Parts: sequence; C-alpha cells; structure tokens
Amino acid sequence: MCGIAGLFIKDPKLEPRLGELLAKMTSTLCSRGPDSAGFAIYGHGKTGQTKLTIAGSTAEVDIARAAKLLVEAIGGGQVSVRHSHAVVTLKTEDVPRAEAWLAKNLPDVTIMSEGQRLEIYKEVGFPDDVAREFDIAKMSGTHGISHTRMATESAVTTNGAHPFSTATDQCLVHNGSLSNHASLRRELRREGIKIRTENDTEVAAGYLTRQMKNGQTLSEALKSSLDDLDGFFTFVVGTETGFGVLRDPIACKPAVMAETDEYVAFGSEYKTLTCLPGIKTARVWEPKPATVYFWEHA
Amino acid sequence: MPNVDLAETSVRELNAALHKLGKDTNETLWSIANPAGEHSIAVGIDAPITVNIAGNVGYFCGGMNKYANIVIDGSAGQGVGENMMSGRIHVKGDASQSAGATGRGGLLLVEGNASARCGISMKGIDIVVKGDIGHLSAFMGQNGRLVVFGEAGEALGDSIYEAHIYVRGPVASLGADCIEKEMRDEHKAELGELLKAAGEIHKVDVSEFRRYGSARKLYNFNIDNAGAY
Repeated sequence: MCGIAGLFIKDPKLEPRLGELLAKMTSTLCSRGPDSAGFAIYGHGKTGQTKLTIAGSTAEVDIARAAKLLVEAIGGGQVSVRHSHAVVTLKTEDVPRAEAWLAKNLPDVTIMSEGQRLEIYKEVGFPDDVAREFDIAKMSGTHGISHTRMATESAVTTNGAHPFSTATDQCLVHNGSLSNHASLRRELRREGIKIRTENDTEVAAGYLTRQMKNGQTLSEALKSSLDDLDGFFTFVVGTETGFGVLRDPIACKPAVMAETDEYVAFGSEYKTLTCLPGIKTARVWEPKPATVYFWEHA
Repeated sequence: MPNVDLAETSVRELNAALHKLGKDTNETLWSIANPAGEHSIAVGIDAPITVNIAGNVGYFCGGMNKYANIVIDGSAGQGVGENMMSGRIHVKGDASQSAGATGRGGLLLVEGNASARCGISMKGIDIVVKGDIGHLSAFMGQNGRLVVFGEAGEALGDSIYEAHIYVRGPVASLGADCIEKEMRDEHKAELGELLKAAGEIHKVDVSEFRRYGSARKLYNFNIDNAGAY
C-alpha cells in the first residue's frame, strides 16, 4: 500500500492554500498508510539563506534546545519550531559548518532537509494526526508532496518515514518496494553517499543524489533508475522549482494525475483529488509506465 | 426510483440495500450521486436493475455484477467490473488498470481509455474499449472477447488461452504465445455482434480490425513431451 499526494501550484493565488489542500488530499490516504506520514513543503525562501529542518531521532530529544544550541554555535540564524521539528535558517555559507557541528555534538539530531525553500516534516502516527500536529493546513507555498506509509522494508520510525531528501531542495517519496536496496546501499556508502537507515526508499534517494553528483539532471537520473533499481515503484520527486513523477515499467502501484490552469496534482487514488478546486472539469489521467513527467516554474 | 447521495449514505449501506433486491423487484432504476472516487460502489448486485452513477468511482465498481446495467458517468478506478458474471457496465470516461479482470460474462464498455492489464485472466466477459488499452492486457485470457478501437500497449495477450482479441490500432508488442490470426468471416460476424451490443454498429468498419489469439504452444499438453512429466 502506501499513499502519495502531490500538488504543484501554477496560479499564485492558490499558494496560501497549499498546506490546507495537501492536508485534505493526504487525509484520503490514511487507510493506505496508517503507520506514519510526511510532508515536503516548498515555501518561500531568500537568496543566500538556507533552511535546515532538523528533528530528533528519538522522542527524548528537545529539538527547540538543540536548534538554539546550533544557532549559538554557528553565531547567527533564526529558529522556528513546529511540533517535533525545527527549521533553522542560516546563511548558506554556514551550512557545512552547521552540519559538521551537529554530527559531532548532537548525533541524535537528524537533518530532514536542507534548502532555500524546502521543509520536510515527518513523524510516526496516523496521517491526520501528523498533519494536525505540524499544522500543515496553515502552510503556504508553491508545491508540496506528502506520503502515508504502510511499512514493508524497514521499521516504523521517524527516519523511516517519507519524504527523503535527495539533495539541496530535493526530495523523494515512494510507493512500492525495492529488492536490490541492500547491495545498492553498500555501493553508495562506499562512494561516500550518506544513508542513515535500512529503508529501501532512502537508497533510491541516495541513488538519485549520486547520479546527479555525477552530472546527470534529475530527469536523466530518474530515467537511469529504471535500469538500476530492481523492484516496483511509483516515485514523486520535488525540486526547488519543479515536481516530477515516474512509475516503473510494470506500473502496479497506482497513480492518478489532474491538471487545470491553477495546478497539477498527483494522487494514489482519484479520491485524493476530489477536494481540489475545479476537479470536476480538470484533465484527469494516469501517468504511463517508465515515463518521466516533470513540471517546472519558469 | 431510489436516489442515493453518497455524501450522506455510506457505500456499505448502499450496497446492503442493493443486495436485498430480488429478481422481481420494482425498484429498477437507481441513481447514485457524489461517488467521489469511493471504492466498491454497487458491488455484488444480483438483480436486473439499472444503476446510474453520477461521477468518478474508485476501485472495483460493479464487481461480481449479475444482471444489472451500471452506467458510470465519469472514470473508474482499478478493477471496474472485476469478476462480473452478466449484465452490462458502461464507463463514460476512462478505466484504470485491471478493468474486467477475471470477468465471466456480460459486457464492459469503456468510452475512453483503459490502462494496464485490461481483461487480465478474463473468463468469458466481453470488453469493448473505444480508446487505447495499456500493457499486459488480456494476460492469461481464457475466454470472452476484447475489442479495442485504439492502440494496445506492450505484451498484449501474454500467455493467452482462448480469449479473442480484436484491435483496430497499432499493437506495441505481443506477449508470449500470442499471435496475429486471420480475420475470417466468422470473426467479422462475431465482431459485428459485439459492436452491435456496444451500440457502435455501422459507426466503425469491422474490416479495420486485426485479430489476435493464442498460438496454443504454451498451454497445450503436447504428447511428444509426455516423457518429460
């Protein structure tokens, strides 16, 4: 099972409603993934500044305190706490120093995402509860992706929940299951790609990171994943300006898309899309297998 | 003439009411509003009634149908008409994957496209798709007929038994043991009957279709191989 929702807004008038619509869409997917849920929100950012979204790997971590310590150590930055996560906004040039400081001093703190605009919130629990705790409905932005998880390949933990960050301002969610993740994880770790969990999707995220490090575009990296990833998958990816979809060649994991002048939307089921404005007259279709779809803001 | 609004009534209540109907019921015309992509709408009907559904439905709509005429004024999710026994299901939009899967009888008519695995393991159902169909359609089809006005995706009729396939447009590839076969008069007559049932007779020309079926090499017991068993 597992469920995916994605919303890419074309008409800026709809941007204040991104969180509200994404939370409603995700609510229809609770039964597909009752174990945990996650949201990737592309909000507004400033050039030269980077947002680090951090969370504790256990419930015992006081994330507000951790964020405060980090800002003090780096010597500047703003903190905004949302439930179990904190967004720390730093000067972009301070990010490597902040990451090194966290790894050394607060190993129980995980960086969920890093980017000018991307924030990732994910937690164990029933998706409606997770959305409420993070107050997703109040968030605005240009695009967002969410995931509800029914765990198959690894434990039900915060770090095992989706979305996974693949690189700066990039994230991935996955419905399916990969069978060659163990060997691929070893290969990626040897090449220096950081993979924290035994989760198969994190390996797919790491794989995309490696391919792009080696010079491929996201679209090329997705295409090569069709050869290198063994298993079944529907992927939805987010970038700073865009939103992409890929299904494996067999395409047994469901996917429905809708497009109007206001938005492009993805849902695991049609009912995920029913809350969207103008859905009754939207163009609705199923993405084809082994075909990369991508929408981007100019 | 019951009207059921699924914004107020649950699918479970609707289906329970439909299951209570006897073959001689007077409540022969049902209208369903606000289906909103819910799963399992109008599943397991066993009475000669008409059910009009105003909107898109989720998975398994009209599954196991017997006798009923179900009209979906929208698109259908996975497995529309799966295992249907008789009657007719008319999808006015598109159908998702596994449309008519394992169906034993009746007619499934799709105005738009059907995606992957259309008619998988069909066992006697007739399926008419006015658009295209996706990959692995009629996989292991045992009996019944699949008619496609548009194109067919990869591996059409893989491991097919005795289902008949008629496709008007190009076929991306044929699956294992599926071959193109000669379109003889009896097949044109059969296709004509199906087009008539679908209300499409005289609108499309049967001679534009090509016929596909089993080469009968994969599933047939071959006496020369007896020693190998």
